Amino acid sequence: MLLPESIQSLINALERLPGIGPKSASRLAFYLLRATDDVADDLALALANLKKNTAFCEECFNITEAGRERCEICESTRRDGSVICVVEEALDVLALERTGGFQGKYHVLQGVLSPIEGIGPDDLKIKQLIARVARGGVQEVILATNPSMEGDATALYLRQQLEPLGVRVTRLARGLPMGGDLEYADQNTLLRALSGRQEMS
Amino acid sequence: MPEPKFRSFRVDAVVLRHSDYGEADRLLTLFTRQLGKTRAIAKGARKIASRKAGHIEPFTYVKLQLAQGRDMFIVTQADTVDAYLPLRDDLVLTGHAAYALELLDRFTYDDQTENPTLFRLLTDTLSRLASRHDPWLVIRYYEMRLLDHVGFRPQLFECVNCGRAIQPEDQFFSFSAGGVICPRCGQGLKHLHNVSVETLKYLRHFQRSSYAEAARARPSPEVQKEAESLMQGYFTYLLERELNTPGFLRKIVGRD
Repeated sequence: MLLPESIQSLINALERLPGIGPKSASRLAFYLLRATDDVADDLALALANLKKNTAFCEECFNITEAGRERCEICESTRRDGSVICVVEEALDVLALERTGGFQGKYHVLQGVLSPIEGIGPDDLKIKQLIARVARGGVQEVILATNPSMEGDATALYLRQQLEPLGVRVTRLARGLPMGGDLEYADQNTLLRALSGRQEMS
Repeated sequence: MPEPKFRSFRVDAVVLRHSDYGEADRLLTLFTRQLGKTRAIAKGARKIASRKAGHIEPFTYVKLQLAQGRDMFIVTQADTVDAYLPLRDDLVLTGHAAYALELLDRFTYDDQTENPTLFRLLTDTLSRLASRHDPWLVIRYYEMRLLDHVGFRPQLFECVNCGRAIQPEDQFFSFSAGGVICPRCGQGLKHLHNVSVETLKYLRHFQRSSYAEAARARPSPEVQKEAESLMQGYFTYLLERELNTPGFLRKIVGRD
């Protein structure tokens, strides 16, 4: 082995990250080796705390600080508990929060149904959502899964499961994106954009 | 068939599956008329204003312009031929379509040879499902034809052991021998599966008939169940592992 063991093991660890190949991994490792001590220390501390200090909210399964039972949004009294927005991943909550347009609460499924990959309802936080809605106080469930085959399948399944509970089930609208181009739109999007057209006000 | 010397060429394709790749790209597994099964990268397909994203969802029959990248094809243009929209509005249909795609994906290799018959079978099957033909029938017919194309056509007319013509009575089926074994040869043999005379009749019918003729079949629920589990057992044996979609379908329709 040409490299000292400690450098090689860092390279090996970095290589396991998505999108990082052997060359990038060695470049990062050597950067850290030459950088000031605090760069490496900060990174080490952040990595060590990453798993230790995070947990899943027991109510909505979003990521939260360790030691809390429920996340900030679920605890908040200013948020409307009668509307639940169902998303695939915690990152989707972040995207919706950035808009500032939603005042209800969330439910993170932690994945999406996929027949071909064999991901079924039991692999997601679906039972927990049903139980949460069945406890009452919920008027509307907004299905905000991605507009893809898997996202649509998940939304169809959730509607089927939520129907007997008598809540209003809605799906995010589908249409033309900002900066898009009609000419390149697919039939599916264009059809839905047409059927969901709105009065100009 | 497009020669690799062309830097860019058109293919007709059905998207079998997709997965995220890199920052905003998608890696597609395609079944094409011109190249058989192949993979391609759709750059930027996860961006919200992508011009390709809507055209390259699974189940979509699409015309693609592919460019030879460094180690994989790159999608440069995409235009939907048929999106089979009804398949997306019904969970059971989604499941059946996914089953058809999964079988094809498992049985084919990235061998860069044209395969117009298999491609035609796939698009026909998807459009039959989308026009709400009986999924059981569409799928059993598809399975039989697929086995023909990939070289696992089961022998349903002669005993695979003694070669004598099969008589109209209950038989055995051997996964390893790939066909029916008559009751006399099957005595005492291990790893055989029962197949009733009624079920065998339908399997034989599907094997030698056109879809139009096969579509007139009206088998009883027991026969449907037996044929389905026999075929799935045979697939599990051939592929040496369980398929994902049958379990998914069972959960969706609440049989589990």
